[in-house]
Amino acid sequence: MQPIVGRAWVYGDNVNTDVIFPGKYTYTVTERSEIARHALEDLDSTFAAGVQPGDVIVAGRNWGCGSSREQAATCLVYSGVGAVIAVSFSRIFFRNALNNGLPAIVCPPAVAAIRAGETVTVDLAGCTVHCASGVFTFPPLSEKVLEMIEAGGLVAYVKRRLGAVPGGATAGLA
Amino acid sequence: MGAQTFAQKALARAAGLPTVAVGQVVDARPDVILSHDNSAAIRRIWLEFGQARVLDPARLAITLDHAVPAPTTRHAQNHAEIRDFVREQGIRNFWEVGRGICHQVLSEEAVVLPGQTILGADSHTTHFGWLGAFGAGIGRSEVAVLWATGELWLRVPESLHIIVEGTWPLGVTAKDFALRLIGDLGADGGLYASVEFSGPAIQALSLESRMVLPNMMAEFGAKTAYIAPDDAVFAYLAPRWAARRRRLGEPVDEPLEEIMATFAAGALYPDPDASYAAVHRYDAARLEPYVACPHAVDKVVPVSALPHTPVQQAFLGTCTNGRLEDIAAAAQVVAGRRVAPGTRFLVIPASSQVLHEAVRLGYVTTLLEAGAVIGVPGCGPCMGNHMGIPAPGEVTISSANRNFRGRMGTADAEVYLASPAVVAASAVLGRIGDPREVTG
Ligand code: SF4
Repeated sequence: MQPIVGRAWVYGDNVNTDVIFPGKYTYTVTERSEIARHALEDLDSTFAAGVQPGDVIVAGRNWGCGSSREQAATCLVYSGVGAVIAVSFSRIFFRNALNNGLPAIVCPPAVAAIRAGETVTVDLAGCTVHCASGVFTFPPLSEKVLEMIEAGGLVAYVKRRLGAVPGGATAGLA
Repeated sequence: MGAQTFAQKALARAAGLPTVAVGQVVDARPDVILSHDNSAAIRRIWLEFGQARVLDPARLAITLDHAVPAPTTRHAQNHAEIRDFVREQGIRNFWEVGRGICHQVLSEEAVVLPGQTILGADSHTTHFGWLGAFGAGIGRSEVAVLWATGELWLRVPESLHIIVEGTWPLGVTAKDFALRLIGDLGADGGLYASVEFSGPAIQALSLESRMVLPNMMAEFGAKTAYIAPDDAVFAYLAPRWAARRRRLGEPVDEPLEEIMATFAAGALYPDPDASYAAVHRYDAARLEPYVACPHAVDKVVPVSALPHTPVQQAFLGTCTNGRLEDIAAAAQVVAGRRVAPGTRFLVIPASSQVLHEAVRLGYVTTLLEAGAVIGVPGCGPCMGNHMGIPAPGEVTISSANRNFRGRMGTADAEVYLASPAVVAASAVLGRIGDPREVTG
């Protein structure tokens, strides 16, 4: 698994799904590039235009609280975000992120250390975050989750398993 | 294995296992899979699996509610796609535009029963804890996977025990308690947890008030929430369940008492010595009306702490507080009074049954005479789709569950959350106020 390398976009606690991807777009905006254009619209108006592939979001507690809307995760994926590192995640966002192949990493010391704009490297296989002030480790994601992320997310993973074991697949996350 | 919480028992049953431990990951088979206006998007994901039929159409429940009637061509197209899917897959638990909000409709139609599991592409699926079911919100891809395979992994959560004793003061509601709890412990106070309520003040709540608590627990970070089902719950569900079965052409021969007894037998209760991650006790008598301030549901203050906050819009409705008793409470506050100049009062019943009863009992007339606007049953402006979007700079007081920036469709508008009586009082006063100020 290739390390993720990008600049850090740093945000605070309790960032909710409505500011990550506004509810008013959920039934009408369906095209990937258009979804990406609205990413973090009501949180940071500079994000959608400035984000580069591999960039990393660094957040406080309860990132992604609120709605179950999956676009809160996919708008970041379509924007090229490589990973989200947070103190904690809301549970539905956490599932949606991993299901869409977006690593959601719980690592409070890295969050405390990383400054906006600095370059961050996330090594999923080695469970480490590298930044200007040091190297921090995080608890490993389960084998199954890593397998799913590598497969490109839940749908791709289940597709593969449905093909292999017709009618017998299960998938998902805690 | 030792004593079990509700969540352990419910997930053991859903996974077909004798017992499960906290932290264990299980393959759960939910009894009901909920989706709404997002069903067209879920269908597009499901199509990738190459199946001609969903695994078990009887377990799907779909309600058109989030943007109804369709405000734009795009929304209308979205609904049309869902109707096609419903027809082609033979989904019988389907409710059209105007029937009401998914959580309310599935409750009224007794689609979910005590002890069952419902997973939904809606964060407020925790709602079904009011009847003793395990309800949890999941993402669209996960619902697509459930349509295809019928199973999804779930981690067995830790449980929090919330005990409420004492009696409720006049004018203090379940909504006030939910706001107080979230204000005290934070929007992540129940993160990943099953929030299990008990105590005399909880059992004393009407069924409609019980619905408020598990619904609001989505704002507490909870995975699921639970109130022990009693005879009132079984008596509510039995005739509704029988009526739906008959409408679907399935004969129901048992008398209602027998149906109630079957529901009671299926109910799950935590063991008295079950272990909880934390226990929190409240005395209902010491609560008062509360308000959550913009833009966070845990920025909670007593209504008395906001002496001068003008409101341009008061919104009564949603799956949290759009039921008959909520409309009754509002009608009582505004009876013989007028909505303040410069303020709009928007009332959207949570379902067609609620609207019908509110008409029959005269509440709608009272509200109209006071100058309120009555909307089509559904989510209305709750998530910013249509029918009551505030202008920039405006302040709304709402009976909904969420006041995030932009939630109602306008980023630079402010939303305060409160009980129906506080919303109605604010409509009359033109500023945030206590109903006791209005009715004396
Ligand atoms: S009323 Fe609001 S919170 Fe409830 S289901 Fe509709 S949009 Fe969601």
